[in-house]
Amino acid sequence: MSVPFYVSPEQLMRDRADFARKGIAKGRSAIALQYADGILFVAENRSPALHKVAEIYDRMAFAAVGRYNEFENLRIAGVRLADMRGYSYDRRDVTGRALANAYAQTLGAIFSSGGEKPLEVEILVAEIGAAPSDDQVYRLTYDGSIADVQGYAVMGGAADQVADYIGEHYSEGISLAGALRLAVDALGHDGTEVRQLTPDQLEVAVLDRTRTQVRKFKRISEATLETILSESRPAEEATEPADAEDKKDTADTGASAEDTPIAPPADDAPIAPPEDPDDNRPL
Amino acid sequence: MDFLAGHAPDLLPGRRALGSGDLSSEVPHGTTIVAATFPGGVIMAGDRRATMGNIIAQRDIEKVFPADEYSAVAFAGSAGFGIEMVRLFQVELEHYEKLEGATLSLDGKANRLSALIRGNLPMAMQGLTVVPLFAGYDHDINGGRIFSYDPTGGRYEETHFYSVGSGSLFARGALKKLYREDLSETDCVTVMIQSLIDAADDDSATGGPDMLRRIFPVVGVVTADGYRRLPEDEVAALVDAAWAQRHQRPDGPAATSLT
Repeated sequence: MSVPFYVSPEQLMRDRADFARKGIAKGRSAIALQYADGILFVAENRSPALHKVAEIYDRMAFAAVGRYNEFENLRIAGVRLADMRGYSYDRRDVTGRALANAYAQTLGAIFSSGGEKPLEVEILVAEIGAAPSDDQVYRLTYDGSIADVQGYAVMGGAADQVADYIGEHYSEGISLAGALRLAVDALGHDGTEVRQLTPDQLEVAVLDRTRTQVRKFKRISEATLETILSESRPAEEATEPADAEDKKDTADTGASAEDTPIAPPADDAPIAPPEDPDDNRPL
Repeated sequence: MDFLAGHAPDLLPGRRALGSGDLSSEVPHGTTIVAATFPGGVIMAGDRRATMGNIIAQRDIEKVFPADEYSAVAFAGSAGFGIEMVRLFQVELEHYEKLEGATLSLDGKANRLSALIRGNLPMAMQGLTVVPLFAGYDHDINGGRIFSYDPTGGRYEETHFYSVGSGSLFARGALKKLYREDLSETDCVTVMIQSLIDAADDDSATGGPDMLRRIFPVVGVVTADGYRRLPEDEVAALVDAAWAQRHQRPDGPAATSLT
């Protein structure tokens, strides 16, 4: 019988971490950004059916990158945990912290158990509070480590480059349109060439604390996204249709798109139910 | 529900050990619910009384609830189990919606409620019956639909209007004479309020509008815009008008023609 090679625990963990990191970096990035009225999620995702961002509970959402089948399982487990807690106790007793903890346990256990491969996923659990200061965003990595994030978080793909871009331009209390513009631009700055992403390549959702309904999660449809993005198109395009809109201080010099006040689109207030992104009836 | 059955069966109704005997007069019971369709949607209304045998257990109980965005559910019968059933039903619909990213069809929701009632069958045999009424807006036909149930979980679709609970016979009689298919939303609510007043008139377990305490029926309207509970003051205005008219004719409005 052959004697198995000795592999030091440090080496073993490093290999597993490298494996997971490589898998995660292969995909495209996803961003969560705190704006004045909630938290915005933007992910580059060409599939209209397979979501990277999803609703968990009234004030909680989930975003993930990596292997779809793995994070989809985590999402379902999260929805089950939240719904079961809400049913056993009360809707107010479902918290982001509890959910993030449960995820951390699961991810950590799988990472350090010898048999299974580590999950190639990175996830965010976001919860909005009554005010921006009460918002909570937890970032969980493949090994179950958990971090409390302030302002914005980027996962997957060239996460560092995208995060650097946001870091340069982000300001607290940014408007929804500004945050959206910034996130979309940031996703385009993930390589040496700058890409201009179109609405059909994006998945966008918000947790909006101004929603009157109990469930604050809402997907932003492609059409709405198109409107918001065309209104805040920076530099090149914005100069030629120079409408007589002098009220809008057109300080469209380059990347300062996020601080130009942009009127939210008309259909922004009564937000669509999550199940049907195309209609704007209240939930 | 299937997940709960596997992981937390204690959270589900219908699995509890039973004593024996008829408990129907020992726990609060909800009474009369009416529902009716109008062009563009469906309305559900319920009185506010819960009784425990001959005692009025509660004056302001609520028995009409949104099941999800496009449907409403109400119950008559044992209040404790009724409220639990409604909560479980609401969670199931929301849970399905989040997992699948799409809502159940209206028939799917109605069938799901059947399964919940069937789970309560052993209790029903002891007098703790819960009989819900389910109504919703169906996007496939662009109109409202009503489903009634029996204590064994049988599901029956009703046309135009229906009522359940102890005062339902009287309410249905009133609806028969007052209901028309082309009623506007407000007129339809008025007809339903009239039918509840008639039910309270002849059934001791049904609470009429409480004019002293200003406790009025709960009215839920489901249209293409979703579920909306009518504000208290709107219901109050309609009840006041109906009440004033009954001072002239205590039996309520008379039918306009005999043929």
